[in-house]
Amino acid sequence: MATTDTDTATGSGTENGAAGPADARELGAAGAQLSTAPAEDISVPSMGPIGWARWFWRQLTSMRVALLLLFLLSLGAIPGSLIPQTGIDPVKADNFKQRHETLTPVYEKLGLFHVYSSVWFSAIYILLFVSLIGCIVPRTWQFVGQLRGRPPGAPRRLTRLPAYTTWRTEAEPEQVREAARRILRRRRFRTHTVGDAVASEKGYLREAGNLLFHIALIVMLVAFAVGQLYKAEGGKLIVEGDGFANNLTQYDDFKSGTLFDKNDLAPFGFTLDRFTATYERTGPQKRTPRTFRADVTYWEGADGKEHKTSIKVNEPLEVAGSKVYLLGHGYAPVVTVRDGQGRVAYRGAVASLPIDGVNLTENVVVKVPDYRDKNGKKDQLGFQGQFVPTLDLSTGTMFSQFPALDNPALILTAYRGDLGVDGGIPQNVYQLDTSRMKQFKKSDGSPFAKVLRVGDSMKLPGGAGTLKLEGIKTWATFQISHRPGNDYALVGAVAALIGLAASLFIQRRRVWVRAVTGDDGVTVVEMAGLGRSESAKLPEELADLAVALQSEAPPAPDPDPEPDPDPEAGTAEAGTDTAGTDTAQPADPSEGARA
Amino acid sequence: MNLAAETNENLAHISNVLIYSAMAVYTLAFLAHIAEWVFGSRSAVGRTAAAITAAPAASAPAEVTVRAAQGGGTAVLERPKIVTRSAAGTRDVPDGPGAGGGTEQGDLYGRIAVGLTVLAFLMHAGAVLTRALSVQRAPWGNMYEFSTTFAMVAVGAYLTLLALKKNVRWLGLPLVTTVLLDLGLAVSVLYTASAQLVPALHSYWLWIHVSCAIISGACLYLGAVATLLYLFRDRHEEKLAKGGEPGRFASVLERLPAAGSLDKFAYRINATVFPLWTFTIIAGAIWAEAAWGRYWGWDPKEVWSFITWVAYAAYLHARATAGWKGRKAAYLALLAFACYLFNYYGVNMLISGKHSYAGV
Ligand code: HEM
Repeated sequence: MATTDTDTATGSGTENGAAGPADARELGAAGAQLSTAPAEDISVPSMGPIGWARWFWRQLTSMRVALLLLFLLSLGAIPGSLIPQTGIDPVKADNFKQRHETLTPVYEKLGLFHVYSSVWFSAIYILLFVSLIGCIVPRTWQFVGQLRGRPPGAPRRLTRLPAYTTWRTEAEPEQVREAARRILRRRRFRTHTVGDAVASEKGYLREAGNLLFHIALIVMLVAFAVGQLYKAEGGKLIVEGDGFANNLTQYDDFKSGTLFDKNDLAPFGFTLDRFTATYERTGPQKRTPRTFRADVTYWEGADGKEHKTSIKVNEPLEVAGSKVYLLGHGYAPVVTVRDGQGRVAYRGAVASLPIDGVNLTENVVVKVPDYRDKNGKKDQLGFQGQFVPTLDLSTGTMFSQFPALDNPALILTAYRGDLGVDGGIPQNVYQLDTSRMKQFKKSDGSPFAKVLRVGDSMKLPGGAGTLKLEGIKTWATFQISHRPGNDYALVGAVAALIGLAASLFIQRRRVWVRAVTGDDGVTVVEMAGLGRSESAKLPEELADLAVALQSEAPPAPDPDPEPDPDPEAGTAEAGTDTAGTDTAQPADPSEGARA
Repeated sequence: MNLAAETNENLAHISNVLIYSAMAVYTLAFLAHIAEWVFGSRSAVGRTAAAITAAPAASAPAEVTVRAAQGGGTAVLERPKIVTRSAAGTRDVPDGPGAGGGTEQGDLYGRIAVGLTVLAFLMHAGAVLTRALSVQRAPWGNMYEFSTTFAMVAVGAYLTLLALKKNVRWLGLPLVTTVLLDLGLAVSVLYTASAQLVPALHSYWLWIHVSCAIISGACLYLGAVATLLYLFRDRHEEKLAKGGEPGRFASVLERLPAAGSLDKFAYRINATVFPLWTFTIIAGAIWAEAAWGRYWGWDPKEVWSFITWVAYAAYLHARATAGWKGRKAAYLALLAFACYLFNYYGVNMLISGKHSYAGV
């Protein structure tokens, strides 16, 4: 850019492309519009509300404000990564709120527990995208205009441009210009002749890429917003042999976007036939899961025809516009509890949650609300303990040593009393509230507990009943999500990437070739190039073009010492002579990457 | 223990030995670079000052002879002389002579340093490779592996630029110094014997996403070093241009490339890497979609990748906006790189999220 840091206020609109040494004034139209970046305008509006509104709009759509908003956007995203977010980890957020009594109300007012949907964060990105649209629309028109127009004619003094060369030739000026146009066109420059010079330009794809990139950002934002508003997702834990049908009551937890309609849940369902997990058995990788596979039978739509497939961790099932992901797995001991009268009081697979993610030791809680003791009195039972897929007592711990079912054992103790399930308050099935219960004791007064293998039973003291470990099933958790707009987001992302690459790696540049008859009747050829910035590539390309042109307009011997190309610039040879060292290198692959 | 497991343990052991050996050789390279800078300090100080004060207000055009390729042939034509001019308002300052200061001894030590760096790099690469073989997966499962690979790629990028005959030897000392620090931190604090990966990491996206993240970061690091040096050198040049006395580190700054060259170098790296970083994030989103059921969930790691990305976008915008070039843009670039670093160290160690499998 022609202006220095300090005199931007006076920069005129034409400076945007005038990436050369010369004044914008001197280059005139030739340097104009090498990009469609909006002109910086920080002048103060002159009058009235309309004037102010226009001023405000110009500010909003200026690069300077885009820069500021980008900066604010990254700044605004920070708190959401440091403060637990309700929408991401509600448990952690609740813990935080309990621990920080003074901060919490302040944070809540500021929306710091849901930063990414807060008013102020939304304001930043909405402003940014308004600015973006306000920026793209005029830029697109301007660019279309540039495409339909022609490269601007040569400036009066080509010597002022960043790259320049000249020679004398016997060829006629028209011939030279004709040859120049041919050569430039062959290299896919857009050319035409204005007066005594050929004007040409190349690299329009840069601008196209830049516009594509910014438009793609809008596509991505819209796709993301649609996904957020219409999303529906929920989790479900399923024990082997059980099934799921896609309606609200079946979910363990369910979240949806504000515009999602519960009647929109697509009709489908599936049964978990079998879950397989294999683990590395030896070596430093021991215990690493090798495969997690859920074999399922699913149905879809009204006819409900069944299909078999399997779901793996990175390979969700796609059905009826939703995706079913495999998230985790664990074991469910199958137990039968008989009460004091020998009646079956409970039978089922008890899905239990791992407390150790590697070896899958699990917390087990069995609640038996419907129980009678040996005298037929109504009471409630609760069992609590651990399930261990691989018990190895030689290690001295009751923790699992391997995640597979190598030596499974169930270690339980038992309570009787009030489970607290009748109060109507929803209770966590994975936790036993023993505050109103009494633990069974052995005859010596120590707590009653037993290690059970498959097939074993434990007899509660005093004939209070039995619990039998019938077998072990595996469970898996699934996430069922419905997110429209994903495809558009992907298309947007790919377009953004392509646009960005074009915008950063393609150089837009102009080349002029002037051929006139000199005072002595010999033709003088002048060539000059202008890019968006100084580039070692530009002189190189100009040299290539000059070599090509010289084969048709061979240099004539100089009659006198070479004329000074630009008398005002003084000593032409005074600059640094970097010949043969720097710029003579093969083109830098990232050469085009510059503003 | 079976045979395969034993080879694995052996490989892991070889990897550790190689890392320590590489560190030893990097240390030698570091000393050689120090010698290079010390011997080079005898070079003529004042070139920059001379150039700045001698340059007329309107910058003089430089005459550059450009080699022009001719239809693939080897015929050397008489080359056209291309006169180039730099933008008005920029200082026309020649690049410094490099750390060796043009002295024979300095240059010799510089060459030795580069040779040692190449040797250390080979060991370093061997260490990363054997580590990968020992765990039979991409060696990017935890911070130790990430740090060692990161440093390896940074050195690799530097050596590649050297091999392409770019003027980057001034990067040698800062790079080797920080690589030593990084490896030291890796082997002492971050070391993890051999870790297991959660199944979500069993995906070819691990290779794509994480390798791109590492390459982006390592290259952005070179850009950040250049930016930092640019700030020092630019201040130096500005001081001289105003007729001030050269500061204490003048002899060092004098030998760096001109501020303009450093700035350009940094910009080119940042701009070249930006699309790769963009791709890294997109690849991560695609992977997250496959593994977790959502492509974007504002997980801390995702948030900081986004912040880094927006910060670099701001930097690129700044470069395109009048009044924000030069130093201001440079500060933005440093801030953007700080975001990258925080995403790596800060988020992994301080914040837990879905990505926290990357055990410390
Ligand atoms: C949504 C946030 C935005 C992002 C992430 C973004 C990103 C980028 C990036 C990475 C570039 C670099 C490409 C290059 O140097 O050619 C760029 C260039 C550009 N952006 Fe944006 N941009 C955003 C919003 C805007 C807005 C609101 C405007 C309008 C004021 C704008 C106007 C421009 C212009 C004019 C260029 C080209 C500058 C040039 O010709 O060198 N951008 N943008």
